[in-house]
Amino acid sequence: MSLLEVDDIAVHFGGVKAVDGVSFRVEEGEVYAIIGPNGAGKSTIFNLISRIYELTRGRIMFDGHDVTKLGAHQVAPLGIARTFQNIELFDHSTVLANLLMGRHLHRRTNFIQDALFLPKVRAEERAHRQRVEEVIAFLELEAYRGKMIAGLPYGVRKVVEIGRALAMGSKLILLDEPASGLSVEESQEVAYWIEDMRRDMGLTVLMVEHDMSLVSQVSDRVLAVANGRMLAEGTPAEVQAHPEVKAAYLGTEVAA
Amino acid sequence: MRTVFKTSYDTDIDLHEHWFRRGRYLALLVFMMSLPFWADEYFLAEATNTLIWSLAGMGLMVLVGHTGQPSLGHAAFLSIGAYTDVALMNAGVPFLVSFPIAGIFAGVVGAIVAIPAVRMSGIYLAIATLALFVIVEEIVILLEPITGGVGGLFAPAIEIFGIPFERYAYLGNFYWLVLAVVVIICWGYANLMRSPTGRSFLAVRDSEVSARALGINVTRTRALAFGLSAGVTGLAGALMGHFIGFFNYELFSIFISINLLLVVTIGGLGFIQGAFLGAVLITAVPQVIAILRDGLNATAGIDLGAIPGLDTIIFSLLLIVFIIYEPQGLYGRWLKIRTWFEIFPLARRDMFRRQKSYLKTERSK
Ligand SMILES: Nc1ncnc2c1ncn2[C@@H]1O[C@H](COP(=O)(O)OP(=O)(O)OP(=O)(O)O)[C@@H](O)[C@H]1O
Ligand SMILES: [Mg+2]
Repeated sequence: MSLLEVDDIAVHFGGVKAVDGVSFRVEEGEVYAIIGPNGAGKSTIFNLISRIYELTRGRIMFDGHDVTKLGAHQVAPLGIARTFQNIELFDHSTVLANLLMGRHLHRRTNFIQDALFLPKVRAEERAHRQRVEEVIAFLELEAYRGKMIAGLPYGVRKVVEIGRALAMGSKLILLDEPASGLSVEESQEVAYWIEDMRRDMGLTVLMVEHDMSLVSQVSDRVLAVANGRMLAEGTPAEVQAHPEVKAAYLGTEVAA
Repeated sequence: MRTVFKTSYDTDIDLHEHWFRRGRYLALLVFMMSLPFWADEYFLAEATNTLIWSLAGMGLMVLVGHTGQPSLGHAAFLSIGAYTDVALMNAGVPFLVSFPIAGIFAGVVGAIVAIPAVRMSGIYLAIATLALFVIVEEIVILLEPITGGVGGLFAPAIEIFGIPFERYAYLGNFYWLVLAVVVIICWGYANLMRSPTGRSFLAVRDSEVSARALGINVTRTRALAFGLSAGVTGLAGALMGHFIGFFNYELFSIFISINLLLVVTIGGLGFIQGAFLGAVLITAVPQVIAILRDGLNATAGIDLGAIPGLDTIIFSLLLIVFIIYEPQGLYGRWLKIRTWFEIFPLARRDMFRRQKSYLKTERSK
């Protein structure tokens, strides 16, 4: 059994078939990339996994659980973390608070205990903080700990969002274009982080990415999609060499 | 310039990161506690009123400032709190029991109403809360045997363990009682905001999609915020009833709802302190107008009393000024002034310029 099993999923928005019959499996410990031209349906696949959109057909299984039966807030407790292509941070909170929010699914206190700030609450806060500090050290966010999100540069916000997903301590992490808008050096750093996530943290990574050098560097397998349909699946080299993939990219800015 | 060297995680977990700040709040508390010893009756009554407004303001702040949900119906919860408390006391229940029950009842009503209402947002939620207000008002008028209907009723005198807290004869005691309630609620509120519950409120306010992706049940979180908000407002309503002494449904008018919104907006959305600053402003403005009115009448013969709704006009103007020039309210302004002094002389002119950020519409659904 694979960690994530996506079976013939589809979603139609009115006449637009944003995703139309996509199937793939992500094995535990793997880095799996989805590529495709703009509007191919990559982010929509993520949104289907996180239950933001309702499937028109198909099924998604994660770790033996049928994700399609769950509400959007029930996906994270299974062990799925994610980032968003357009960064969805809590703008009016600090970096630290944002990362602590990533620990929400590990909370063990209720609102009454919180209001009284019982010793148990403090103990949990310390534990969450400890975990968050590990993430801060990993992503080198020390300098930004107390800063408000709203004032941070784009690149830092992107990293904070990855950090928030890591703080969740999940099994699978979905990264939607982690390197878009980043400089070459920053992208390289993202590549190292992804490798560390897999090797040191035992995470499985599913990512959407346009930057083919990053994809080739870190991913084990690649799925190419266009117009909501699957074009090819295989190693980065195989997929890049695939004639249909080449054709789909012709005329777009991302040369394979 | 003062720098706080953080030596343990507890520095961030504690309510105040520095003994100096904690000391300032303690000094303020001692000052507030000393009021009945030296302030005259009039001032003490005003201070009590301001504290009750602060309490109601904290109630609404949880909802509007920290969870990002508007409400035009909070007068309904003041009303529920006031009538429940009085009804229970008239049935022989002591204040020490009736008062918390009044808050809990208002909170439960709030949470129940919230479950369908929280699926709405923005203007629809505002309209739904307005509808709730109208319904509660009708019920209060209809339940004449309990509420006194249109005629109104007297709030019974409070007594706790034989100590009288009657609002007129023992105003000092009543003031201390109100202060104690305000301090306890404020402490609980501050605790909530430094714990997972408070963070989930902020998460829901700032980005619902990512709140869900973090495993936060948005509907339940909003209902909880609504319930807590209604509960604290209900407590304020009960105290308001005792403060006014004799009241009917008109005490809890739509204007109270609007004034409460002004308290939190002008005070500073998203800051507990904002509820207090807003309450001071909202209770002080009518006094200032009264003084001006008397002064102008005596010296220039101008009769401001002839202008109806002058308070409301001034509040509205203030609100517009704040929304345009200082969306973070009085407390936000104070924070800027404080920072300016703390880092003096390093302040830069554009330090607080609002950061240009990507448009909300560019973000994914
Ligand atoms: N909520 C929605 N309603 C209607 N159409 C949608 C919705 N979400 C996505 N689409 C459409 O589905 C298609 C796929 O969009 P998606 O965002 O998944 O593309 P993508 O592969 O992530 O592209 P990009 O590389 O630009 O991020 C697009 O045509 C888009 O307009
Ligand atoms: Mg996309």
